[in-house]
Amino acid sequence: MEQQRFGQWEGFVPGGWQAEINVRDFIQKNVTPYEGDSTFLSGKTDRTDRLMRKLEQLLSVEQGFGGVLDIDTQEVSSLTAYEPGYLDKEEELIVGLQTNRPLKRGVNPFGGIKMARRACEAYGYKLSDKIEQEFQYRTTHNDGVFRAYTEEMKKVRHAGVLTGLPDAYGRGRIIGDYRRVALYGVDLLIQEKEADKRKIGEDGFDVEEIRLSEEVFQQIQFLKKMKEMAKMYGFDISEPARDAKEAIQWLYFAYLASIKEQNGAAMSLGRTSSFIDIYIRRDMEAGTLDETGAQEMIDHFVMKLRMARHLRTPDYNELFGGDPMWITESLGGMGEDGRTLVTKNTYRFLNTLYNLGPAPEPNLTVLWSDALPKPFKEFCAKVSIDTDAIQYENDDLMRPDYGDDYGIACCVSAMKIGKQMQFFGARCNLPKLLLLALNGGYDTTSRTQAGPEGDVYQEEYLDYDKVMEQFEKYKVWLCRLYINTLNVIHYMHDKYAYEKTQMALHDTDVQRFMACGVAGLSVLTDSLSAIKYAKVRAIRDEQGHIVDFETTGEFPKYGNDDDRADVIAQMLLSSFSSEIKKTKTYRNAEHTLSVLTITSNVVYGKKTGATPDGRKAGEAFAPGANPMHNRESNGALASLNSVAKLCYKDCRDGISNTFSITPQALGATEEERIVNLAQILNGYFLQMAHHININVFNRQKLLDAYENPEKYPNLTIRVSGYAVNFHKLSREQQKEVIRRTFHEGM
Amino acid sequence: MKGYIHSLQSMGTVDGPGVRFVVFMQGCPLRCGYCHNPDTWNMEDYEIEAAPEEVFEKICRFRNYFGEDGGVTVSGGEALMQSEFVTALFTLCRDARIHTCLDTSGCIWNEKTEGLLGVTDLVLLDVKMTSEEDYARYTGGSLGQTMFFLEQLEERRIPTWIRHVVVPGLNDGKEDRRRLERLLHGFTCIERTDMLPFRKLCKEKYEKLGIPFPFDVYTEGS
Repeated sequence: MEQQRFGQWEGFVPGGWQAEINVRDFIQKNVTPYEGDSTFLSGKTDRTDRLMRKLEQLLSVEQGFGGVLDIDTQEVSSLTAYEPGYLDKEEELIVGLQTNRPLKRGVNPFGGIKMARRACEAYGYKLSDKIEQEFQYRTTHNDGVFRAYTEEMKKVRHAGVLTGLPDAYGRGRIIGDYRRVALYGVDLLIQEKEADKRKIGEDGFDVEEIRLSEEVFQQIQFLKKMKEMAKMYGFDISEPARDAKEAIQWLYFAYLASIKEQNGAAMSLGRTSSFIDIYIRRDMEAGTLDETGAQEMIDHFVMKLRMARHLRTPDYNELFGGDPMWITESLGGMGEDGRTLVTKNTYRFLNTLYNLGPAPEPNLTVLWSDALPKPFKEFCAKVSIDTDAIQYENDDLMRPDYGDDYGIACCVSAMKIGKQMQFFGARCNLPKLLLLALNGGYDTTSRTQAGPEGDVYQEEYLDYDKVMEQFEKYKVWLCRLYINTLNVIHYMHDKYAYEKTQMALHDTDVQRFMACGVAGLSVLTDSLSAIKYAKVRAIRDEQGHIVDFETTGEFPKYGNDDDRADVIAQMLLSSFSSEIKKTKTYRNAEHTLSVLTITSNVVYGKKTGATPDGRKAGEAFAPGANPMHNRESNGALASLNSVAKLCYKDCRDGISNTFSITPQALGATEEERIVNLAQILNGYFLQMAHHININVFNRQKLLDAYENPEKYPNLTIRVSGYAVNFHKLSREQQKEVIRRTFHEGM
Repeated sequence: MKGYIHSLQSMGTVDGPGVRFVVFMQGCPLRCGYCHNPDTWNMEDYEIEAAPEEVFEKICRFRNYFGEDGGVTVSGGEALMQSEFVTALFTLCRDARIHTCLDTSGCIWNEKTEGLLGVTDLVLLDVKMTSEEDYARYTGGSLGQTMFFLEQLEERRIPTWIRHVVVPGLNDGKEDRRRLERLLHGFTCIERTDMLPFRKLCKEKYEKLGIPFPFDVYTEGS
């Protein structure tokens, strides 16, 4: 692209960003790091207060209606399908809704028409005949997948060895670089994509090139639709944004277009706060904006994000409880040049939790570094203690791989914004794999032969080496099958539900990850530890299948900083990680692995028989990489140390830890608690840990909220890489959260 | 040399400044009515037997969490019953620049105690009762011994935090408060004084041990 000169760029430090699409360069040239404290922040304006009250009323009606306020069953969701909608046209500074009314959900059947139909029915609606007819002649992603699935793939899916696969809904976990629309305007982005398209096929036109050529065509089409959508709201986004308000509006339109087009599981925002800060500062220097005004715009923007909704089925909610969107915004972190990327606007984003009250969305994620300014660290700790709404990830660990302009998709998945994307691969059930291995591929829960037929483990007592030998065989089988299953899914998603808007906001030559995952790590680790260090007797049913275990004697448990157990967890991840790499991926995506469950630890546990660690059949797993509930006996830091030992290089898609601690255990006074929590976070990340959710409250409070939900309408808690309204979880999920370890100190 | 330890806690935030690793030593000569850890009284009931080096190795695993303020606290039981062990442990910590804090009632004084103070950065001194009579009655020890210990701390200029448990109806009167102020008057080593509310969370422990909780009749403080 040629050097551009837009009037809208007046006052910015020029650079390479003007001659190519390069938001990072723009940020590096123009950002003003902020190392001070939070005293400059403004409270909410009366206007914000009025809007928020209106929204709260709607939220309470939504809750009263069983979680869904309204569904438009007539139109298929698209960028331009609905008339413009407003919360309050006169009052709101940032506009744009997914449908024509706030909290009304659109229908998006491209992932699968059955899901859309069932979701409507679950809330007392009926999908219109018009849409049903339209999709009679249309192949959905779900149709495509099931045409290609092998019998074996269907079996492991049915038995719950692989679960939560994105084969019936949008895969998500893609972050468009929404900032590009604000900085460059849509016309220049189209122009660049057209230039890219002309180059495709210069060296021959094979399957890859043909597919890419069609994709870029669609990207251009959807950039044009994005302009149309903005025009319906009275804005022309062809050219760059002129000021902070436009920058936020343009950026939001880009995000809005994406969530109108796609109902992906996680639709994350990226890393926008310090980008927006540059515009805010310019306006402030020009005297056209003050702190109150800046905070008001951010409050209104965040309010819009809190109104984003997708229509889901009840069984989807079992996996992803609490109606989440994972509008993850990555905050802070350090630049490669050693300057912090914390700006005043980073603080403003966190301040929305005070101005608008605690809420799960957007999923505010602090990129933590040892080098972050101390006042910022302590402000974050304070926000955690006050709201339980934010999570932390280790910038010092990720920056070497992803640079300083990456964002987190969903909970823990890092990617360079606009340059990398991932094929979301859900997860496989590790404890179940052990049980399959012991039972020669037979699944005693679903009573099916889920894996290749082999010998049932014969001896009365389990021998570690023999068990591992059998486990290895089944691991090799499953890893290969897992990748092949994901290949089918993502081939079909690209074919039938390609993310046109989001991919238009990526470089055309994008790098892809194949993101696998594991669930039940602590259960499998403790089970193997029990086999190794205690005596485990197999209990069989009449057919001779092992259905339970009798474990006698002590054994080391993961979560106590005891290397004997922790090494088993490390070994499992490194061997799983290297095994998946042996199978070729669709579009040469790079294999990655996560230890993350969302809320699926409950349903996974339900589908899994008793395990040698003493966990009963059907009992929930611990979430993510957490030690199993209440098995930590050496205190909070020992528990953190165990998790920190899991190697990020084996789990490049993230390692999630959810940590609950009582206020008293953090210190006697508020001030001490803040300083101590900041110190604990710093120590944990110096141990090279990857992620942590922080909850600061007493079990008593959750028990009370469980019994009296009306007393806690806004109780927000971190569950597993995201936050939820406690009352939006199912009763089973709530009970599991209450059973978790609360570190209480002494 | 071995230490007889009741338990190790990887995270303490109420026993000294910052985030701390806490070692609870086994054995105590006092029998305080409000004692929170009756399971630490008898030396024979120890859970862990370990050399100073072994405990030090454990502490090192948590260094990253200590930051500028935190470190290690040795509590009990009465740490002074095993002064040699604690001295060896603190010496290792000192060499590694880990802040050392001793939580004690100051009820023992001998050569070994002197050695221990040489490697102690901060003392949490528990002044249990404010009159010799009450001290003897409710703890079985002597206030004079604690005050002597405090004088030693003053002489050595060791930063000291005074801790005093306030039991409603027993020692929460104005007279008690005045006596405490008089006792502590003039000591420049005292950096702060914490009045701790009486708690009955430990009742379960007494029940388990099959001994009556002497202060069951009192109500919790606020």
